[in-house]
Amino acid sequence: MSSGQPFQTNNAIIKWIDHRLPIFSLTNDTLVDYPAPRNLNYWWNFGSLAGLALVVMIVTGIVLAMQYTPHVDYAFDSVERIMRDVNGGWLIRYIHMNMASFFFIAVIIHIFRGLYYGSYKAPREILWILGVVIFLLMMATAFMGYVLPWGQMSFWGATVITNLFSAIPLVGESIVTWLWGGFSVNNPTLNRFFALHYLLPFVIVGVVILHIWALHRFGSNNPLGIDAKGPQDKIPFHPYYTVKDAFGVGVFLLIFSVFLFFAPNFLGHPDNYIPANPLSTPAHIVPEWYFLPFYAILRSVPDKLLGVVLMFASIGILFILPWLDRSPVRSCKFRPVYKWFFWVLLIACVALGWAGQEAPEGAPLYISRVATAYYFFHFLVLLPLLGVIERPKPLPASIAEPVLGGGEVWSNAAAKPMEKA
Amino acid sequence: MAADSAHASQHSPDGEETRRDFLYLVAGAMGAVGTGAFAWPLINSMNPSADVLALSSTEVDLTPIEVGQSVTVVWRDKPVFIRHRTEDEIAAANDVAINELPDPQTDADRVVKPEWLIVGGNCTHLGCVPLGQKTGDEKGEYDGWFCPCHGSHYDTSGRIRKGPAPLNLPVPPVEFLDDTTIKIG
Ligand code: HEM
Ligand code: FES
Repeated sequence: MSSGQPFQTNNAIIKWIDHRLPIFSLTNDTLVDYPAPRNLNYWWNFGSLAGLALVVMIVTGIVLAMQYTPHVDYAFDSVERIMRDVNGGWLIRYIHMNMASFFFIAVIIHIFRGLYYGSYKAPREILWILGVVIFLLMMATAFMGYVLPWGQMSFWGATVITNLFSAIPLVGESIVTWLWGGFSVNNPTLNRFFALHYLLPFVIVGVVILHIWALHRFGSNNPLGIDAKGPQDKIPFHPYYTVKDAFGVGVFLLIFSVFLFFAPNFLGHPDNYIPANPLSTPAHIVPEWYFLPFYAILRSVPDKLLGVVLMFASIGILFILPWLDRSPVRSCKFRPVYKWFFWVLLIACVALGWAGQEAPEGAPLYISRVATAYYFFHFLVLLPLLGVIERPKPLPASIAEPVLGGGEVWSNAAAKPMEKA
Repeated sequence: MAADSAHASQHSPDGEETRRDFLYLVAGAMGAVGTGAFAWPLINSMNPSADVLALSSTEVDLTPIEVGQSVTVVWRDKPVFIRHRTEDEIAAANDVAINELPDPQTDADRVVKPEWLIVGGNCTHLGCVPLGQKTGDEKGEYDGWFCPCHGSHYDTSGRIRKGPAPLNLPVPPVEFLDDTTIKIG
């Protein structure tokens, strides 16, 4: 069994360094010998995919920043110059643009994985909360990045989103003026957004490290949602999950390439190729697709303050989710009632996303209202209630048991595959 | 942690607060105030700078604007709507029960001369520029302006009548330099 065994090497230099700075031990314990549940399915791939996306964003972002000019008179042209004149500039920018979307895809699937398998429950509450913090930071980063090319959607997106803060009673207007550094979204705004867009990804890296630290305290949850009972329930991260993650990366990049090379602007909005004009709002302004569900919640309420409060609450609620869900059973596999409502929640979120890009009237408005109501009902009423009234199915005795059959068999049979070759 | 161990050893035998507790408290408070005093200039540096604040004003010649026409001018980098209102529009603006408005204001409070309505051109919801300046634009249910972003309707006095916007379109400081020239700002 790999776990618990300290890192071993015969290399004298590595030993010398590791004794003074245990960086090899740390890497080994995190990525090589780290004991992971043996039954993780493909939904567990999305954490490493998100990590890959973050690295790609930072690398392409730094190279873009070498060519980009954060000034209202030059920003749009500097991005066009990246697209036309800079060697391979179009590729770098399209990678940055599309990987932002794929980053969100990976993280959103990662979040719903957590919801389905109850990964937010004790003792992983802080792990979950750190994840929600990362999600918020990502949204702030992506929002400010989208402002940088200074197209029509950049400008009006920035105007609408910063104006959300004007809904705060009394100090709202002063906060908005402070955010803008002026009386409208303008050069000071663009400058600070660039500074923050450069900074926040590195803050995200920091929180990701905390996230993984918290993860390794108790190890990964798993599709059965029960704790690993012993060595027979675990396998070393390397080679089992390094290979599985690498396979996931291949598939992820393959799908990514379809967008990158064949439809690089599919997820964007053509209006952002028109330079910003403070005197004319595009007829139909929509945020990037990953903001649409939240935008739909905002617009579902005919009151400014309440709309803004509900929009922020829809994420805020995730922070207290570990205490809203009162069921002791983690995995939906053993929660016959909640299981269905998980899918209803997913459908509600997709419906919100759809409604968010339609004009806020008629059927889309009606649908966004119903879906918003359900979203809050789900977390605030259903989850606390189900914890009490639902009768979970019997849990298996251990992770290894359903795989290896009877109780006694696994205790000796399973020990063998554990010995790492 | 340090405070804990200090507590354990420094508490007077009868469990009273000691001078050391007091010193910890004062030192901590000074640290907090010091950090705050240092943070403020950094935060304040993000507020509008002197050059931005240097109040620009815009002068507009009203002569070419015919009755029923609207123009958009720029003041402080933001649009300002000027509408040369018709008799009907003025009448409509006055013909409302003030206390039924979301943001009650009489038309007289919003204009210097009734035929000239001059209001800020950003929706008070989230800042889009409402439609209604150009002929053929949708003007909303109250024949003033309509903001397509989230569906706010403004009347012929620029007052909010329906939709998520909470306030009337703001009235900037306007001065008539002579009968046909105004100064905004
Ligand atoms: C969490 C990671 C990041 C996310 C989610 C993100 C997101 C975005 C998005 C959505 C855009 C707009 C793309 C477009 O429509 O043109 C953008 C642009 C930009 N980003 Fe990032 N970004 C990240 C990291 C970085 C980093 C670390 C840097 C620099 C060190 C950077 C530099 C830039 C620059 C210079 C632009 C403007 C050029 C352009 O529009 O392509 N980004 N970013
Ligand atoms: S910005 Fe005008 S209705 Fe929202």
